Amino acid sequence: MKMKIVKTGMSGTMESSDINIVIEKGHEAGIKIHLQSSVEKQFGAQIKSVILETLGEMKVNDVVVRAVDRGALDCTIRARVQSAVMRAVKKENDMDWGIL
Amino acid sequence: MTNSVEGRIPDSIKGYEEIRNYLEPFEKGPTGRKAGPLLKQVKPGENKVLENIEEAIIKSGLKDGMTISFHHHFRNGDYVTNMVMNKIAEMGFKNISIAPSSLTTVHEVLLTHVESGVITNIYTSGVRGKLAEAISNGIMENPVVIRSHGGRGRAIEAGEIKIDIAFLGVPSSDEYGNASGRGSKTICGSLGYARVDAEYADTVVLVTDDLVAYPNFPASISQTKVDYVVKVDSIGDVKGIASGATRYTKNPKELLIAQNACKVIVNSGYFKNGFSFQTGSGGSSLAVTRFLKEEMKSKGVKAAFALGGITKPMVELHEEGFIDNLFDTQTFDIDSCQSIIRNPNHHEIDACMYANPHNKGCIANKLDVVILSALEIDTDFNVNVITGSDGVIRGASGGHSDTAAASSLSIIVAPLVRGRIPTVVDRVNTVITPGETVDVLVTERGIAINPRRTDLIERLKDKGLPITTVEELSNMAKDIVGKPKTIQYTDKIVAVVEYRDGSIIDVIRQVK
Amino acid sequence: MGKRLRRTMLYVPGSNPSMLADAHIYGADSLMFDLEDSISLLEKDSARLLVYNAIKSIDYGETEIVVRINGLDTPYGQSDIEAMVRAGADVIRLPKTGTAQDVIDVEKVIEDIEIKIGKPVGTTKMMGAIESPLGVINAMEIATASPRMIGIALGAEDFVTNMKTKRSPEGVELLYARSKILIAARAAGIYALDTVFSNVNDEEGFRNEVKLIKQLGFDGKSIINPRQIAPVHEIYTPTQKEIEDAKQVIRAIEEAEEKGLGVISVNGKMVDKPIVERAERILELANVSTV
Repeated sequence: MKMKIVKTGMSGTMESSDINIVIEKGHEAGIKIHLQSSVEKQFGAQIKSVILETLGEMKVNDVVVRAVDRGALDCTIRARVQSAVMRAVKKENDMDWGIL
Repeated sequence: MTNSVEGRIPDSIKGYEEIRNYLEPFEKGPTGRKAGPLLKQVKPGENKVLENIEEAIIKSGLKDGMTISFHHHFRNGDYVTNMVMNKIAEMGFKNISIAPSSLTTVHEVLLTHVESGVITNIYTSGVRGKLAEAISNGIMENPVVIRSHGGRGRAIEAGEIKIDIAFLGVPSSDEYGNASGRGSKTICGSLGYARVDAEYADTVVLVTDDLVAYPNFPASISQTKVDYVVKVDSIGDVKGIASGATRYTKNPKELLIAQNACKVIVNSGYFKNGFSFQTGSGGSSLAVTRFLKEEMKSKGVKAAFALGGITKPMVELHEEGFIDNLFDTQTFDIDSCQSIIRNPNHHEIDACMYANPHNKGCIANKLDVVILSALEIDTDFNVNVITGSDGVIRGASGGHSDTAAASSLSIIVAPLVRGRIPTVVDRVNTVITPGETVDVLVTERGIAINPRRTDLIERLKDKGLPITTVEELSNMAKDIVGKPKTIQYTDKIVAVVEYRDGSIIDVIRQVK
Repeated sequence: MGKRLRRTMLYVPGSNPSMLADAHIYGADSLMFDLEDSISLLEKDSARLLVYNAIKSIDYGETEIVVRINGLDTPYGQSDIEAMVRAGADVIRLPKTGTAQDVIDVEKVIEDIEIKIGKPVGTTKMMGAIESPLGVINAMEIATASPRMIGIALGAEDFVTNMKTKRSPEGVELLYARSKILIAARAAGIYALDTVFSNVNDEEGFRNEVKLIKQLGFDGKSIINPRQIAPVHEIYTPTQKEIEDAKQVIRAIEEAEEKGLGVISVNGKMVDKPIVERAERILELANVSTV
């Protein structure tokens, strides 16, 4: 399935233990992540790598990710990235689960 | 000598000629004589009441380089510390050392006086907010000295903190300096920390917004200690001084932790008629008191006393006859403030009576069970209540290390993880309370008993408690949140943590 | 029928990451992650992914994981089922089950996915929530519609509205539905679970309701707050005397079998099959609840 970003996809809340993810089409090649996190010092690198890994699994390229993290666990980060992507490609309730 | 804080203290610290490392809880004893304030005389007919703070500063002879003190009985409602410091800055003083019993977020505005060189040394139990962040980022040249409540009392009595002038906010005072925690505008209950300052400072200035007719009795601070009395419009925000109705937590995690802690107490062997306990003011801690009440009721057990910061649940137990005496250094809520006025066996005690290790016996020595919190606890049971997991100062030493060392059973209640931040770690960022004084850790996912306490391990087994090891809890935390990156520090020491006996147990460095 | 206890099935909104992370620590026998009524239409997709990832990566230990999906008559049902079967949920809970066909339709989707992903067919269990008069009437057909069915549950809020009444503390309005569902479950050899009790602060009312449904014969109850776990487990835990009596019965029966005796008695009372079965049930309940 081709992951064509057709709009800005957003998922997640600003509640504690959650992460808010906004995914937009990038103007440059590659993935750019702007992360703001309450646990940046301890987990900033880990959060970015989970975001990258999740996008990689979904074969998403050339996007800008804005993430505001309030201490989300890895599984929550993955879920929020996945649903932001699916919303950005407008297939949120019509998902090919094989891609995850 | 091996102990749980091995390797944490550097060979030299700026401002310390000789470093005395912490070795073990009761290794370092007192020497010499108590320090004392200047002898002074107030003659018949002389007046102590001054016009304003400025006049008090002038009359008390403040000079650059002096040490002044405050108390934190007004908690986040305190106006006095900031009011006095603003005036001192305005009058152009520099290089002042401040020795408050603690600092809360309301005091973060003192940062401007640190920046401008008015304040150059801070000796306190804790710091919070922007001031704490700035200190962690290295704004001060001299390290802050963190002391426990008992340790501060000890340092003052030993002359290690020499208070030139104590500015003590009081809810009421008469013209001659008899002061009380009950006033017509504000009410703060115990003045237990301030009483030590009043006893040992060369000059004592009371700041009140309720100047009452002589004599204001019973008095927490006596006229014989007081040089001046200043009346101001307002000493504090009533809501910040004492919280309203203490609400029981409904957070299921806190309740679960409290329930387990209560079971530990009941099965520990210390739970019997005439026992004593102390709990904090956090959600789990308050809930422990509530669960304990049910156990005391059903098993017909009464406590001889409860100690420490006093909260409404303890007052209820006292009034219902389950606790004979309340020993109160700090009164947290309105109900407790009223109780100390109303109940003859709700006693005000000072910080030295509470927890000073170098006197002829503090009440903490008689304490059976204490419930304490933790920001971090490591696999050696060392506890950090001062720095966050990011290494930045954000808490207070309080009576933590005092009661852990002096009591028979110290129980730490803490969630295994807070969001993504692990509480149980391999190595705490800062040691406030050494592991050899911590007996049990209760989390929502398991209970760990310090291997030193073989007696407790024996007594608590087969009691249906989720007993595990602290290493197992630390691994569980890692499985949930992952392994956090170690915090990066520079070499600069921004705070020195004194153990209650005056030895140095850890240092806090500037965060990168 | 397995020996698993299902005294408490704790309801957890699928949209709350922090509750999904530690709902199992309170000791409920089962967790029910909800994708249905507690999730707004705009967050159906994100809740589904949260629950999917939570089940895949969080270690819930021995706790049974049940997911309440949206019905196949919504745009979400199909995707919910696919995600949850892939994630490895133990049980799919159908909402608003009215007929046996509802069960059969969901079973078909589950089976297709199990085949597609190479999971042994039949791994994913099912249960049905009966929330309408039609469902109550069809309770027996629903209970026996698929070998995957492990239980049926009453959902009383919709039911009482359909019945033109409301819930009362005594629960007389639910007596028929409860009885019907219970009898159907027992006839089918599956579990019967009672409805939720919404007022978390009314502990006395809650306890009374738990005592009532235990006396009726329910295996347990859906609950909405961890605070409700302890009272249910406490009420379902046999007394020391019940346990001793049950042990005596089992010992007597074992001795009798050894000696080849047919009829036996304990303390002058004849022990027959139902008494033995009751004794076994008491020991099962006692075994896990050594609180």
